[in-house]
Amino acid sequence: MPNYRIHKTEYIDETKRVSFKYDGKTYFGYEGDTLASALLANGIHLVGRSFKYHRPRGIVSCGAEEPNAICQIGSKKDLTEPNVRATELELYEGLEASSQNCWPNVKFDIGGINNFISPLIPAGFYYKTFMWPKSFWKKVYEPLIRLSAGLGKSPTEPDPDIYDHKYVHYDVLVIGGGVSGIIAAKMAAKNNLKTLLVDDKKILGGSTIYQNNESIKIDDKLSSEWLKNEIQEIKKLSNLTIKTRTSIAAYHGYNFLLAKENLTDHLPEEKKKNKIRQRLWKIRAKKVVIATGSIERPLVFNNNDRPGILLSNSINKYLDYYGVTCGENIILFTNNDSAYETSISLHKKGIKNIIVDLRKSASSELIKQAESLGIKIYFNHVVTNTFGYRKINSLEIMKLSEDGNTTVGNKIRLSCDCLGMSGGWTPMVHMHTQSGGKLDFRDEDQVFLPKENSEDQISVGSCNGDFDLENIIDKTVNKINKFLDIDNQDYQKTNIICSKENDKRNIWLLPNKIPLGKTKCFIDFQNDSTAKDIKLALKEGFRSIEHVKRYTTTGMATDQGKLSNMHALGIIADTAGVKMGTLGTTTFRPPFTPLTFGTLVGRNVGKFFEVVRKTSMHEWHVENNAEFENVGQWKRPWYYPKNSENMHDAVQRESKAARDSAGILDASTLGKIDIQGTDASEFLNRVYTNAWSKLAIGKCRYGLMLNEDGMVYDDGVTTRISENHYLMTTTTGGAANVLSKLEDYLQTEWPELDVYLTSVTDHYSTASICGPNSKKILNKLFPNLDLSDENFPHMSFKEDKLENINCRIMRISFTGELSYEINIESKYGHSLWKMCIEAGKEFNLTPYGTETMHLLRAEKGFIIVGQDTDGTMTPSDLQMDWIVSKKKYDFIGKRSLYRSDTIREDRKQLVGLLTDDPKEILEEGAQIVSDVKSKPIDMLGHVTSSYFSPNLNKSIALAVVRSGKTMKGQKLIIPMENKNINVTVSDTIFLDKENKRLNA
Amino acid sequence: MFLINCPFCGERDQSEFSSGGEAHIVRPKQPTELSDDEWAEYLFMRKNIKGIQFERWNHVHGCRKWFNVVRDTSNDKILSVYKMGEKPPVNYK
Repeated sequence: MPNYRIHKTEYIDETKRVSFKYDGKTYFGYEGDTLASALLANGIHLVGRSFKYHRPRGIVSCGAEEPNAICQIGSKKDLTEPNVRATELELYEGLEASSQNCWPNVKFDIGGINNFISPLIPAGFYYKTFMWPKSFWKKVYEPLIRLSAGLGKSPTEPDPDIYDHKYVHYDVLVIGGGVSGIIAAKMAAKNNLKTLLVDDKKILGGSTIYQNNESIKIDDKLSSEWLKNEIQEIKKLSNLTIKTRTSIAAYHGYNFLLAKENLTDHLPEEKKKNKIRQRLWKIRAKKVVIATGSIERPLVFNNNDRPGILLSNSINKYLDYYGVTCGENIILFTNNDSAYETSISLHKKGIKNIIVDLRKSASSELIKQAESLGIKIYFNHVVTNTFGYRKINSLEIMKLSEDGNTTVGNKIRLSCDCLGMSGGWTPMVHMHTQSGGKLDFRDEDQVFLPKENSEDQISVGSCNGDFDLENIIDKTVNKINKFLDIDNQDYQKTNIICSKENDKRNIWLLPNKIPLGKTKCFIDFQNDSTAKDIKLALKEGFRSIEHVKRYTTTGMATDQGKLSNMHALGIIADTAGVKMGTLGTTTFRPPFTPLTFGTLVGRNVGKFFEVVRKTSMHEWHVENNAEFENVGQWKRPWYYPKNSENMHDAVQRESKAARDSAGILDASTLGKIDIQGTDASEFLNRVYTNAWSKLAIGKCRYGLMLNEDGMVYDDGVTTRISENHYLMTTTTGGAANVLSKLEDYLQTEWPELDVYLTSVTDHYSTASICGPNSKKILNKLFPNLDLSDENFPHMSFKEDKLENINCRIMRISFTGELSYEINIESKYGHSLWKMCIEAGKEFNLTPYGTETMHLLRAEKGFIIVGQDTDGTMTPSDLQMDWIVSKKKYDFIGKRSLYRSDTIREDRKQLVGLLTDDPKEILEEGAQIVSDVKSKPIDMLGHVTSSYFSPNLNKSIALAVVRSGKTMKGQKLIIPMENKNINVTVSDTIFLDKENKRLNA
Repeated sequence: MFLINCPFCGERDQSEFSSGGEAHIVRPKQPTELSDDEWAEYLFMRKNIKGIQFERWNHVHGCRKWFNVVRDTSNDKILSVYKMGEKPPVNYK
């Protein structure tokens, strides 16, 4: 097996060998490696196939910008993870990784044929091709595209890992632990500011930490040695917290940032167990220092995507940090000085290399050093083509013309096994723009830079466009002193020698004799978009950068265009003949690098997914086999199946029992608002449609509440407990909103009213007993209470004691039966319920759930707000004009009841529907029409509630129908998938129109 | 995510608050005397300004008090906070 690890470094522990599997084969690396460095050490460059053309692709970078080396990790159904960047994944014993987007394997991939038919797959190919015939989309195109597209595979079972969230507050947050970040953190912390420094790597130091060029020195030391000292120093600072393996995902307004900390991803499986895998930090910082650095740009030339072609600086890091060389015969292709550092490093380790430089000449110390070492440099040359299928084996260069627009002279063919590209550096302005900052364009080196720094956010170092060490340190120190309003002198005497110069020859799309249409000059490696695609988009009329991006998919892959966006912009600007600075950029959106869903969700999984509210009777319902329904956060008994009953059977039995003898419902979830104050009556007058002033103490009244737009908002019964004390009930789901709405009016519109609102929903439990025998059951529970109609009529309220515990009893009915609601302090709710059940045994007292409740009230035509209404129904639409006071001067929504729209005769109105076949049950939500032949069919309305009534022995339904009020007796049709159901419009009240049962 | 300085509780995270739209829209005292258009003006029409906006917020997961906020919607900076019933600060237009 080849070994490309050619020297020892302090970051690789060669005493700790680590075995791992890649595409099923076992390899070895060392502790300290990433998966990428370990693969390269084993001579593996080919790690995947490209998305569209299935071209072989290799590792390009050494960090978050990696477009190609994305892997599937693990194979377990619950733990496998797709799209992990090999350049960031730390190697651990037992790691299993495989390449993605290739079949049957990365070396021989069937989809590779796309490469040869690529002229047939231009930009927008999918949009243009899969349009017709229309019927092909669902059955042919989509499954086919889905099969061949996509990256890795998602896990198919629940994630067993633990994730965590944590909130923290700091005076200063420093993002990025390179030279400028370390200086900033030290200055802040030494000035007694509580400081957090985060870096996404395992160790601090950025790209300076492995720097070993003698011509770049600080205080007479190698810059890396100087920085190590600094790191030692800051580790001693007590008010500095350092978080490594932590990357900022999002920078929101008011300096609120999200960071992801990796805690176990670098550990072998047995050590991961029972530990928190990732933690999401929610950070509030008074001040934020952005020191995120910059990433190297590739160059755009024909066949610039072959395995073995990397960013020049990445070759340097693999060599000096990991001890791995990316080849034995390397060519560096550059337009600036930084590739020379790589070249000199390689040379020192005995790796043969030559440089192809776009510039006509250059003369910095670094270049002189390279020249003196005898490194061959081709100035004013350009790479025009590369060769080699699974890995680069040679390339062609040509001389550039004077203006750089074309090539001249003869091709020179050079053999190599690796090519490094350096197109200069792109400042990572993501954080700055995410925070709302604007950008400026600097023409000299064609970079976007943070425009202004606000008082609570600043960019320093190379993310601010300061690329050479002297500039970085001087400017960082000055800016931080000003930004934090401090006077730190630590770096006043720092002596910096940097022999690099910023001179650069920027050409976005490199010239070539081959027509562009026949080249493959890749811009976005992951999404396979080329210079040709960008030009085609412009030719087809796309102008906005946002549109070109979407049409060509440039920058839309998992790497979010970190390597590609600048070139796309540059080529657009050049082609359109406009200045790049005027084009703007695409939007930098969070997250900077992808987050796992687990991190975002944190602990809110399983039982903690949502708050669950249970009544104090809940355990009884569970013990008695209730099926539950979620109503808001509440768990409400839906129905109580007995033996092998299905839902229909159970509901029929419960409904019959409630009307024939007695039924009991847990009504504790209804919203309850305690209203007190001298203006309580006036307040109710203003919020309900009906009049409240004359409600006697001890009486109850049903009320309808509207929105200011006149639409029904909520309903419920309110009881006058004493002169200035009412108890309002609301719908279960509406309780919180009603309280907020009432408070809003009290605080903002009617502050003069003396009214106090308190939510008491959780304070009382409610058992509602209904049916002809309910009075007998009540009598057993409250033998001293006079239950006669004279003393305790319908819609009235009494207080009595149940074993010394005070109960509030309302005689009110939501079923149309004689009915009592017993309210007791919640802690006694369970006992109350059990006592009711016990007392009701001889009367077949049957517990019923929400489904039976809905059925019983539908028989009576009582509406459920939210089921029969949808925010577009006025009281009149519901045929409830009787509850709207004509006398009251004003109430919420009154004025809206006679707007031109609300008085229209042809609004949808609530009606009853009876099916011609009494056994046929309508589907809730079904459309209602009068004529199925005319096209388009005119939809008149829809079914809102539908049940089979055991008490009437027929199907009943409520519906909203256009002009429904005038349609009684009319035949309508419910068209279903395989039949039309004939119905007749009826009254909304199906049972006991005379309300005799209320006093049965 | 804003930090909002509740006039009763102090500076809290935005997640504790709910927004109530434009401020200083007074409910007409005599709605019945308004034309449809005048009522619609109160009911539906909002300015939706890019720039300095006066708006209502409720500390719904805190003291439950409503109050007013002056916010620049172009950069989300909250410029002033004041209680219900208090006059809006005059230095913002």
